[in-house]
Amino acid sequence: MRRALLIAVPYVWLLALFLVPFFIVLKISLSDTELAIPPYTPTLDLSQGWAGIKGFFSQLDFENYVWLTEDDLYWKAYLSSVKIALISTFLTLIVGYPIAYGMARAPEEWRPTLMMLVILPFWTSFLIRVYAWMGILSNEGYLNQILLWTGIISTPLTILNTQSAVYIGIVYTYLPFMILPVYSALERMDGSLIEAAEDLGCSRFQAFWLVTVPLSKPGIIAGCFLVMIPVIGEFVIPSLLGGSGTLMIGKVLWEEFFSNRDWPVASAVAVVLLLILVIPIVLFQRNQQKQTEADQ
Amino acid sequence: MKLKMLTMTAVVALGASAAFAEEVRVYNWSDYIDEDLLKKFEEETGLTLIYDVFDSNEVLETKMLAGGSGYDVVVPTGTFLQRQIQAGAFQELDKAKLANSGNLWDVIQDRTSGYDPNNAYSINYMWGTTGLGVNVAKVKEVLGDDVALNSMDLVLKPENMEKLSSCGVHFLDAPTEIIPMTLQYIGEDPDSHDKDVIAKTEEILTAVRPHIQKFHSSEYINALANGDICVAVGWSGDILQARDRAAEADNGVEIEYHPFAEGSLMWFDQMAIPVDAPNPEGAHKFLDFILDANNMAAASNYVYYANGNKASQEFLEEDVIGDPAIYPDETTMQNLYITTPYPAKTQRVVTRLWTKIKSGT
Repeated sequence: MRRALLIAVPYVWLLALFLVPFFIVLKISLSDTELAIPPYTPTLDLSQGWAGIKGFFSQLDFENYVWLTEDDLYWKAYLSSVKIALISTFLTLIVGYPIAYGMARAPEEWRPTLMMLVILPFWTSFLIRVYAWMGILSNEGYLNQILLWTGIISTPLTILNTQSAVYIGIVYTYLPFMILPVYSALERMDGSLIEAAEDLGCSRFQAFWLVTVPLSKPGIIAGCFLVMIPVIGEFVIPSLLGGSGTLMIGKVLWEEFFSNRDWPVASAVAVVLLLILVIPIVLFQRNQQKQTEADQ
Repeated sequence: MKLKMLTMTAVVALGASAAFAEEVRVYNWSDYIDEDLLKKFEEETGLTLIYDVFDSNEVLETKMLAGGSGYDVVVPTGTFLQRQIQAGAFQELDKAKLANSGNLWDVIQDRTSGYDPNNAYSINYMWGTTGLGVNVAKVKEVLGDDVALNSMDLVLKPENMEKLSSCGVHFLDAPTEIIPMTLQYIGEDPDSHDKDVIAKTEEILTAVRPHIQKFHSSEYINALANGDICVAVGWSGDILQARDRAAEADNGVEIEYHPFAEGSLMWFDQMAIPVDAPNPEGAHKFLDFILDANNMAAASNYVYYANGNKASQEFLEEDVIGDPAIYPDETTMQNLYITTPYPAKTQRVVTRLWTKIKSGT
């Protein structure tokens, strides 16, 4: 009995916080818009009993999903979001790996402090940190002022409101999510393996490439998924740092919801986004499972 | 003893909920009031004022249509107000509780009754025009001294925009402002709801699109004031605030606001009470406070927008009432136009067109 209760707890959480909201969104995505509160129809009327429920279900249809296939905006936005996510995940890895490596190689007594430094930015609101980047990257911002002052450039660079600013913002924001799993993989690594590789005639680089990188693979994979999955649905960074040309599904969703007041189509976009995200998550889980099996 | 404790808790809880009811929650546009007025309201009425801000009608509308926003007073623009009234989002005002409603200006009342018949649901807070904010020195440097700073040519002619792109141009991220403006430019009815007519704006806007740095509805205030951009298509009062911020910062940036010579869009921000407001009594008190001639004048003197309060005009400072950019002269007034809300189907066409113009897809 007690055991059943204990097991029930996570399932209740899952039901209340994931499945119920998902079915509400799914239901709205099958409805039609209307100028009312709430702005869609039909709404479930339980007072009419069984007939009300039947009437409710008979009014639902897949029209909105058909609509998503008719306008090329949606798949272009999905594609562009995936592209931005892939590129920025790669960039985050390139930047994050050396940092994690350096941390893992640092003397043991420094490591907690270094770890602290990576986590420290989380103590400031995410929104404020993105706004700070606006101040750094704008035409009259700090970066341009320094570059102009040192004479490296003669006219200010336009970075803010371009795709580059979006990448800078994403890499900066998600960097800790890459560093931490890679670091924990590297830290666990046995240093004598490198010595062995070098004894067997590997150069330093070969030892890194043939021993260190494969051993840190689980960390790399975990980091990549932790970065890529939220970036696909990212809305704040592209809308604050990006130009109007940055097409991302999060923004399209916003526009369906706020400009068109079309909650049903917005919900359909969200359901499809969820399905797209489920694929990497399943892959991730399978990888984790393989990992635990391998460890045993 | 236990019972006594219980009753005491109940009394405390009741007291707490009574105190809770004495809050008034106001949801207004950002940078849109003199904050001293908020303190004054609390002192005069003893109510606790919770004041939140938004920067787009769309955000407000979504909250209204979702219901249960928890706000007692909200401030939608006329076209949005009209649609939200149709959706049943507001309650009729109780004029008996608005002792100061006689202060309202009939000229503005007349125009707003187009959105809110008989002005039954709302009072006018402020009104203004959509026009051009220019950094005079930079624009003249780029386009020469004799450029017309009040013409739509400045932002809708590709050859001008190509040159201006070097110093930065922002447009409002509001299709309901920019599309009527473009229609006015090509001589069509700015309030057209005809899809084919609306589609004509695409060519004009796509041609200047590469030279527009950003579409945003509030960032241009700071960007103009800091000298980050040299031209913005924006709302009158916001640009005048940018002008004042630049003057205060004394950074050598000189900003001017001009309504379009071709005719500008006139808009009205209306205060209304949501149908499910938790404290409609307090909401009426807030509206009556705003209707007070002195208070309304203080707000206008602070934000540089014209208001719909005739009695407040004698308290307005000369640089507000005397500035034709805020209170336009008779001929400019004749040139101003208004728009009505798009039906849902047309709205979808407009949003889609807007996305296409902005992102090229």
